[in-house]
Amino acid sequence: MTIAWYLAVSALIFAIGAGGVLVRRNPLVVLLCLELMLNAANLALIGFSRMWGNGDGQVFALIVMVVAACEVTVGLGVIVAMHRLRLPVDVDTMRELQG
Amino acid sequence: MSATTAAWIVLAAPLAGTIIMSLLFNRLPGRSAGWIATAAIAVSFVFALVALVKLQQLAPAHRELTSSLWSIVRTTGVDANASLLVDPLSVLMICVVAGVSTLIHLYSVSYMSGDRGYSRFFVYLNFFVFSMLLLVLAGNFLLLIVGWAFVGAASYMLISFWYRRTTATRAGIKAFVINVVGDVGLVLGTFFIFRHTHTLDLVATFHVAPKVFASGSGDVTAGCLLLLVGAFAKSAQIPLHTWLPDAMEGPTPVSALIHAATMVTAGVYLIARMLFQLAPAAGDVGAVIGAATLLIAGTIGLAATDLKRVIAYSTMSQIGYMIMAVSAGAYAAGLFHLMTHAFFKALLFMAAGSVIGAMGGNQSLDRMSGMRRALPFTFVCFIIGGLALSGIPPFSGFFSKDDILAQIGSRGGWYWGLYVAGYLGALLTALYTFRMIFRAFLGEPCAEARELIDHGHLFHPEQPTNPANGEVEDTDVGFPGPEHVIAERARPMQVAMGLLALLAVFGGIVGIPKTTTWLDSFLAPTFASSTVHLHPSNTLIYFGLALGTAVGLLGILIAWVVWVAKPGTAPVIATRLRPLTTLFENKWYFDELIDALVVRPSAWFGSFAQGTFERLFVNGALIGGTTAVVRAGSAAVRSAESGFVRYYVGFIVVGLTAVGLYFLVQS
Repeated sequence: MTIAWYLAVSALIFAIGAGGVLVRRNPLVVLLCLELMLNAANLALIGFSRMWGNGDGQVFALIVMVVAACEVTVGLGVIVAMHRLRLPVDVDTMRELQG
Repeated sequence: MSATTAAWIVLAAPLAGTIIMSLLFNRLPGRSAGWIATAAIAVSFVFALVALVKLQQLAPAHRELTSSLWSIVRTTGVDANASLLVDPLSVLMICVVAGVSTLIHLYSVSYMSGDRGYSRFFVYLNFFVFSMLLLVLAGNFLLLIVGWAFVGAASYMLISFWYRRTTATRAGIKAFVINVVGDVGLVLGTFFIFRHTHTLDLVATFHVAPKVFASGSGDVTAGCLLLLVGAFAKSAQIPLHTWLPDAMEGPTPVSALIHAATMVTAGVYLIARMLFQLAPAAGDVGAVIGAATLLIAGTIGLAATDLKRVIAYSTMSQIGYMIMAVSAGAYAAGLFHLMTHAFFKALLFMAAGSVIGAMGGNQSLDRMSGMRRALPFTFVCFIIGGLALSGIPPFSGFFSKDDILAQIGSRGGWYWGLYVAGYLGALLTALYTFRMIFRAFLGEPCAEARELIDHGHLFHPEQPTNPANGEVEDTDVGFPGPEHVIAERARPMQVAMGLLALLAVFGGIVGIPKTTTWLDSFLAPTFASSTVHLHPSNTLIYFGLALGTAVGLLGILIAWVVWVAKPGTAPVIATRLRPLTTLFENKWYFDELIDALVVRPSAWFGSFAQGTFERLFVNGALIGGTTAVVRAGSAAVRSAESGFVRYYVGFIVVGLTAVGLYFLVQS
């Protein structure tokens, strides 16, 4: 099997994730979509790792997972805090960065 | 001690005096400030004499010493050191400046004693002497310009010394502005010369200049003409002279020191020092302007009614002689007159100060009469100064003035015109000088003189007023003090005036024609490179001496007839020559002319620029345009900041995709 298929699947998953981040309004789903994007990148890394027959890509993938775990922790924390303050759980209502 | 070390001390003493008195400004009791200042200048004078003696011990060809303490600027093309040039010309100048200044300081110790700004006055006075010595000792153009500007600044401070008098502050501003015109001329002229010689050092310039400039070439002439502008402004020559009569608003010692003996001679020094032998055309311009000034100032002096202003116009006129002499190549004669003029003009101003003291601050000749018995000592001094000024033998002014005119005459050609103007000016000089003396000292004693003669005490006005416009004043700081002083009752003033009177009588001894040539031979090394060598014939010299005496005596005689023998004659002549009198009384309309040609167009242009250029172009187009662009740009950028996080994410995705695609396509 050539590397192309792995990459195609990775790109597809990444596109789905990116589309989800862009269109969904629920922060929980946005976080899930972010995970999807990260894992698409992981898939590409591991695919390349195999192609070269070299372990470096797999180490990278592990690091990405750690980063993803941290990010989810922070993201879920933010969402829980929003719940506690009884704010609407909607990314579009938080627009105080408006210029 | 070498001559240069002495020169550095000459410079350091007044500077030290200035600094010490500035620091102890409020803690100097009584007259101590005056004595400190006098001592500082006296030290300066002693070391000037040391420099003179040391210079005399050298061979004539080696009497050009330079000394440099440190480097001010050292870059490619410009090397400027803190250096002095000690040669016969500068040593003569420092002797005259320091010597006369010492006596004027001594005079001021008493004269200013009633003033609330006593210490401040002496700080300024010492600073002025330092600036003037720096100007004449400067070894390069940079220090020369610094000294030149310092002198202008010191003059401004001293003219406006009574800073609550509106007339005084206005006169100070006028003097400063006109002096700055001269400063610009000096700096631009320096650039013209520097462009070709590539050195700021004076000695190096003199060596290089004859090689790089063809005689009479355009650049050196332009440079010298610009230097002339500087000299005219400082030396009050037409048309930049209008500040000098107004400068009489300052205290009388200031008039004696700055506006008679020293500062106004800076222009004469500059012309004698610079490269005018390479620019004959510029020299001719200077000579003609000098001659015009001496005539015009003489005629105004005839009509002026303010005692100090008459002497001020006489100063202008005498400096016209000097400028004419040094511009025409009669350097030693011009400097001889500079020296004798410093003596007798300082004396005249001091005597005038004493008269003004007796008049309770009033300076109008119309009010004065019969001061002779009230002020006998002042009267004698005034007569000696007046005779020296009129060029009556054997007083000093006689020899120096006739020396100038004989040398001018020996050049022949159109210089005969200047010769005639010079003797016409001598007639006017004798006339206005003795008009002043006869009106102030002879005749029935006025009320003020009577108070002094009969009751033996000085006249004091009930309410002090400004003599120029009658404004009521008080006697606190910023106005003249409550007490007036006359020489008869102040020992320091008598000493100063007595010494100056001796110098005014015997000062001519250094240059009696055909007898003593001390001054000529002393100055000869400085002017050895000059292309003009004047040797007036014996006939010319003796004719000149006889003519000078005759003209001077004739002037005095006319003055005697008009103002003493037949007292009603003056108004009759004035009415008969109405247009001429009006012209003289209005000072040839120079103030009005400058006002119409320069001041008003400048003011109009200023208001035009403010109303049109600044309002429409600067404020409207430049500032308004810039703010409009920034505002529009920020509005555009602000609309992109919607606050929706996913918009930002969208931008990032689109951007990154675009970048990725670009590199893909490129590879």
